[in-house]
Amino acid sequence: MNKGHSLQRFDEDIRAIQARFLAMGGLVERQLEESVDALAHGDDEKAGDVVHREHQINRMEVEVDRDCELILARHHPVAGDLRLVIAIMKASTDLERIGDEAEKVARMCLRGIENEAAPLLRGPSFSRASNMASKVRTMVREALDAFARLDAEAAYAVCREDKHVNQEYDAIVRQCITFMMEDPRSISRAMVLMWVVRSLERIGDHARNISEYVIFQVGGEDIRHGGLGHIEDAARSAATRQLNEPPPPEG
Amino acid sequence: MVKAEQKPNISVKITEREVDPDKGRDICLEVKDVNLFYGTKQALYGVDINIPRHCITAFIGPSGCGKSTLLRCFNRMNDLVDSVRINGQMLLDGEDIYEPGVDVATLRRRIGMVFQKPNPFPKSIFENVAYGLRLQGRRSRSELQDIVEQSLKGAALWDEVKDRLNDNALGLSGGQQQRLVIARAIAVEPEVLLLDEPASALDPISTTKIEELIDELKEKYTIVIVTHNMQQAARVSDYTAFMYIGRLIEFDDTNELFTAPKQRQTEDYITGRYG
Repeated sequence: MNKGHSLQRFDEDIRAIQARFLAMGGLVERQLEESVDALAHGDDEKAGDVVHREHQINRMEVEVDRDCELILARHHPVAGDLRLVIAIMKASTDLERIGDEAEKVARMCLRGIENEAAPLLRGPSFSRASNMASKVRTMVREALDAFARLDAEAAYAVCREDKHVNQEYDAIVRQCITFMMEDPRSISRAMVLMWVVRSLERIGDHARNISEYVIFQVGGEDIRHGGLGHIEDAARSAATRQLNEPPPPEG
Repeated sequence: MVKAEQKPNISVKITEREVDPDKGRDICLEVKDVNLFYGTKQALYGVDINIPRHCITAFIGPSGCGKSTLLRCFNRMNDLVDSVRINGQMLLDGEDIYEPGVDVATLRRRIGMVFQKPNPFPKSIFENVAYGLRLQGRRSRSELQDIVEQSLKGAALWDEVKDRLNDNALGLSGGQQQRLVIARAIAVEPEVLLLDEPASALDPISTTKIEELIDELKEKYTIVIVTHNMQQAARVSDYTAFMYIGRLIEFDDTNELFTAPKQRQTEDYITGRYG
């Protein structure tokens, strides 16, 4: 267990950026949940709320970055503290992009309602997309939990799930293409669905990125752009990484 | 036809120091199981460390951890302190510097030292740099002039003092005095330069000049620097040794030690969790 910094202000500043980052994560989760709900129920009011709230996430990203900048300037963090600040700066960018994708889903929902895409959205393709949305929401929640608990193993589980989400995305796209070929009148509705699942797939990628920063933060190894096998090794080694404790005092 | 992928041309690389495959392989100073006692009080406990040639090695640690004591062992400055007892081995290029019969004056010519407080002699700038050479019996005016000029250039001071070499050195600023002392140390062409808090009494601009100078000097010399300033160690050194209460806790590549140290005590110290 880490003891606190000798300079209490440093501890307070670190806690403040962690809290702000997780608050941003909470808002992003809500945006994602409501955009998917709006889509499922054709709820244009809820979709409109998501679009209107998006600027709050952008503002929070700027605030997180500003806090991190101040910590770098004032405290010159190194080692674990430095990895924490880097991870938060990088992960907050991914959170902001998840917010952007949730907004896109909400806008697609509004467009779908305008184009009367509802019949398709209630069909079997949509239930598949809905299942994908639920997986992606779980990924985002678990990535943020792993971040809060510094749990490298849980972070790896999120990375593993991303592969399944990508497979699901490919399958839905194939299905939509089939619909469009069979019935050209379905093109506009199928396009809406394809844009939605594209956003969900991107959100899965961002959740995976956030999880990779957790593994970096815990173990010190940069595993971006690596395969799942590499990530698994790094996560295991991060989960078991322990600093060598000093020997007990003699006498 | 598929063209070979062009690599971007990046002229400045922060990791440049990492990619030298020979970095750290050639050992200049070896310390083997060194214990040091001031009377009955033990100040160093079984220190083992290999100082790589033409690299900058920084010793960091809280006051009283033994880093200056260890530094002073390298040119036997501790011989001047009564009641000091040392065991273990210290090898310079494989030769034990504590063997009986070692000429301490010669050793100190090979291993020069610069202290925290600039200590120019109350003589002219020229005479300060020429001092060690005169002690060696070198009298030729032209030879002395050449070496003084080269040493002052090497210490990045020449342009500031070339027109007033006969002025008293005590009239120089603190930063200039420290660079003069470095010029005096390198005039006798040492192999190793020991720097004990060389910039701690200087303002930020003079500190930057000294740090820049240290980086240039490693081309010719092996440098060991003791510093209280961790950022300074992180900025200038290739390797860092963390010491705590007389023991060497961790010694590693500076990039590694300041990003992912292996010892809890190191992490606590460099992140400011001590006390």
